[in-house]
Amino acid sequence: MNVTRGFTGRAREHDPGLPPGQYDARDDWPVLSAEVTPDLAPADWTFRVDGLVERPRTWDWDAAHALPASAYEGDIHCVTGWSKFGVRFGGVSLDAFLDVARPAAAATHAVARSHTGYTANLPLTDLTGGRAWIVWEYGGEPLPAEHGGPARLVVPHLYFWKSAKWIAGITLLDHDEPGFWEGNGYHARGNPWEEQRYAGD
Amino acid sequence: MTETTTTPGGAPRFAVPGRIAVSEQAESTWQTATLTEIRRETPHAATFRLAVPRWAGHLPGQHLMLRLTARDGYTAQRHYSIASAPDDSGHIELTLDRVPDGEVSGWFHTVARPGDTIDVRGPLSGFFAWPGDRPALLLGAGSGVVPLMSMIRHHRARGLAVPLRMLVSARSPEELIYAAELGAETTRVFTRGAPAGVPVGRVTAAHLAPLLAERPPDGWEAYVCGSNGFAEHVSRLLVRAGQPADRIRIERFG
Repeated sequence: MNVTRGFTGRAREHDPGLPPGQYDARDDWPVLSAEVTPDLAPADWTFRVDGLVERPRTWDWDAAHALPASAYEGDIHCVTGWSKFGVRFGGVSLDAFLDVARPAAAATHAVARSHTGYTANLPLTDLTGGRAWIVWEYGGEPLPAEHGGPARLVVPHLYFWKSAKWIAGITLLDHDEPGFWEGNGYHARGNPWEEQRYAGD
Repeated sequence: MTETTTTPGGAPRFAVPGRIAVSEQAESTWQTATLTEIRRETPHAATFRLAVPRWAGHLPGQHLMLRLTARDGYTAQRHYSIASAPDDSGHIELTLDRVPDGEVSGWFHTVARPGDTIDVRGPLSGFFAWPGDRPALLLGAGSGVVPLMSMIRHHRARGLAVPLRMLVSARSPEELIYAAELGAETTRVFTRGAPAGVPVGRVTAAHLAPLLAERPPDGWEAYVCGSNGFAEHVSRLLVRAGQPADRIRIERFG
């Protein structure tokens, strides 16, 4: 341990909700997309599930909203170091979409893609079982464009770069295929509790 | 629900591809850095020179992760852009703004002195890197100028001929980081205060027009760095002025 002379750090609040190396962003919600925020109206938004599924399908705004509503209330963690506690996202569980599309037995991974072309790869098991959502509300209001509105993926148990903004679809695969940040040196899975920030962590 | 007839948009692709392959080993290894020099840049920003003997080398625009450790084992880590150009000096430089109540920047600005040691890992991420190969248009605000300055310094140190232009926005001339080092390649914009005769206000399309008019035959690769407000504003101005969205790379504070 290399102790930094004179460094005490902020007051220690033992917070079991804070993964290693993270700090509490409190009221801030930094925007960290690496590309231009797209002008995407709800009427132009679609979400498609394809790849290794029995029934590839595309939902438009109204069709997605017709699925059973589901919300995530809890914490989110960004690889740059901040965590945000007690957020509320409203939308639909990804399970509801997958139940319709029916993943093939061979499907093990997925690539989530944005309407901008951004991608993120995830093991399929991280997207099922009530652990992932397609959301269009934040704190009861429409999701702001710079935070991924009109709709984004939310996979809150992984670092937030996996939660693709302006979500356009997910493609199921029988292998892992690096997404945007994963191809730029970031970890393939990104579990904040194991501090999987970069490839090799 | 409705089944629409929309077809998928083809195979997944990256909107803005990364520039370089990154070293997994450099990314995952912490090493000790020794502070060798502190230089004040503005009332709120200072440059910290670090000796990192086993530094793997970086490209302009890359960043690193930095860790401070308290006596009880508590650590705080942050990402910072690298200000210095790549060289073989065994040193790198960071320029840090003093953030109000900043846990890490506060230590640098009030406690740090030459001889202190900290931990660093990197360089990280190839997305915002500029290898010096393509014409680049750099747009930064506040300490967002830091990774862009690494590009300017690299361009000068290597005597590169590839076109490079920069626009920097600062609150006032006193708050303009690297003011004495900026040359004819740089357009300066002051948002709060400026000497008599110099306009004050945020970046407008009129600032960008002459830069975009100088567009080389294959176009500019745009690198935008600053607060989210600046990044949103400037990236929209660029798109409206005809810069392709997939040739705008954005690094936002946070």
